[in-house]
Amino acid sequence: MAKRRDRNFLGPAGTSLGLGEFWALTAAGFVLFFAVWGGVAASGWLPPNLLPSPLAVWDTLVRLWNQPFAGHVYAEHLSASIQRFLMGWAIAVGIGVPLGLLMGWYRLLDEIVTPLFDAMRFVAPLAWVPLAALWFGTGIGGPLLIIFVGSFAPCVISAYRGARLVETRLVEAAQTLGASSRQVMLHVLIPGALPSIIAGLRVSAGLGWQSLVGSELIVVGAGLGYLMVQGQGNLNTTVVIAGMVGIGVVGFAIDVLLRAVEAAFKRKWGQA
Amino acid sequence: MSEIVFEGVTRRFPLPRGGEFLAIDRIDLRIEEREFVAIVGPSGCGKTTLMRMAAGLDFPTDGRVLVGGKEVTGPGPERAVVFQQFALLPWKTVRENIGFGLMCKRTPKAEADAAIARYVELMGLSGHEDSFPHQLSGGMQQRVAIARAYVMQPAALLMDEPFGALDAQTRIVMQEELVRLARRNPRTVIFITHAVDEAIYLADRVVVMGRNPGRIIETIDIRPLREDGGWEAMPIEEVMDTPAFTHMRSRIWKLLKAREQERPAAPAPIPATVPAK
Ligand SMILES: Nc1ncnc2c1ncn2[C@@H]1O[C@H](COP(=O)(O)OP(=O)(O)OP(=O)(O)O)[C@@H](O)[C@H]1O
Ligand SMILES: [Mg+2]
Repeated sequence: MAKRRDRNFLGPAGTSLGLGEFWALTAAGFVLFFAVWGGVAASGWLPPNLLPSPLAVWDTLVRLWNQPFAGHVYAEHLSASIQRFLMGWAIAVGIGVPLGLLMGWYRLLDEIVTPLFDAMRFVAPLAWVPLAALWFGTGIGGPLLIIFVGSFAPCVISAYRGARLVETRLVEAAQTLGASSRQVMLHVLIPGALPSIIAGLRVSAGLGWQSLVGSELIVVGAGLGYLMVQGQGNLNTTVVIAGMVGIGVVGFAIDVLLRAVEAAFKRKWGQA
Repeated sequence: MSEIVFEGVTRRFPLPRGGEFLAIDRIDLRIEEREFVAIVGPSGCGKTTLMRMAAGLDFPTDGRVLVGGKEVTGPGPERAVVFQQFALLPWKTVRENIGFGLMCKRTPKAEADAAIARYVELMGLSGHEDSFPHQLSGGMQQRVAIARAYVMQPAALLMDEPFGALDAQTRIVMQEELVRLARRNPRTVIFITHAVDEAIYLADRVVVMGRNPGRIIETIDIRPLREDGGWEAMPIEEVMDTPAFTHMRSRIWKLLKAREQERPAAPAPIPATVPAK
């Protein structure tokens, strides 16, 4: 018993655990969380309209699933959010990763872009909401811009780091075999940077998804953030929490998916 | 035209704490077209640096490096390099690594496949065509790196301790193979090695280098020995038993040893200007 505890404290989280142990502990965490929540809600310290019980939220979720709220059923809000996220994130990845790779390769670009980039990084995604509203009103552009600024930085940084970490001798070997700049990019820098890029994609997807609610504050129509704002307007706490549950579950699913992709790449190419 | 000429080549590296380290000091060396030159010398005498300058991966601080009469401005596939540390692409299979240069040249697929298959066979890599480098032993990785260079049919071949990671048996096979290749289809070769035996057996000329600063101590012609001794027709172990060979070996050993005794225990690079610690 003591031995197991040591392992868990000393090792990086999760490394020394079997799959069964992992899921058992994960489940234990959730059970504990719901127990405390349910206990506090049942104790009556807080009025139910401020802290509804887990069961009340579950009931609301079921209801939202079947009946439209704020114009749509839950699944439609969910898919509106996911679509918006995927578009914004795809744009961030499509621009950020190539830019990062180029910065890693061309010294000059690095020196021009990096300071600018460092300064922009401190403007939080939510701080873009007013500007996005002014530019795009309630159009699709607003949320896309905010998800974009939320997830862009990790794309650039991870691609840049990845390209920088590719060993010089590999680039040199390719060049002595006659590779052009384009071929070096395609066959050496991109695959070499890929582990770092994939790790960055995971971070950027998380940040992009987190920026989503902020982006949906300015959207009229559908989406988890919109659902929650409407719930707040009606003083309906269970709807607000039901929205949060959706955000959490989808965010977790995205992370698990990208972790699996990361693991698959590691398996293929070894730990090189 | 692929003779390699070093003209008064000096290479200094800036030291991290200021000052400079003189890695190579005014080297003059001419390697004729289709000549096989082996370079031996103690660790840190600048062998790799010299070869990198011929490859176009590094440049002299002073002097010039010419290949085929033209100053070297960068790397190119007509000067294939076998690196001391293999430098295989970890995300490509054995087949893709060997075929990489051919792909860059846009060699037609059928032709490239045939060439790759030939070198896979020659290097004893059959059955591992679809393995990734991390699935191979060090010696196998090195053979992939050699195949990758040979398959380009380069005018000049620059090899940095290419047999260093091989076991004794494989090493002998590779040495004999290289001799065969080099005689059948001669090309300009710079071959760096720590093994004096190997240098004498393979080379037309052996260049002995010394360090602090890196420079040429002596250049020795081996070709007359080989031609008079009829080495080509003999297996390697018999060649290494001939008096001419053993005599040459001790001569080179003495050169290397004399240098080390002359400057005992001088491992630390001596900066041009020593900053106060
Ligand atoms: N990029 C560099 N920056 C600074 N110093 C360098 C650099 N490359 C080489 N040197 C120095 O130049 C000297 C010669 O290095 P080089 O790698 O050419 O030696 P070598 O003869 O190939 O040695 P070995 O037999 O161990 O491979 C060494 O002292 C090394 O520290
Ligand atoms: Mg070396």
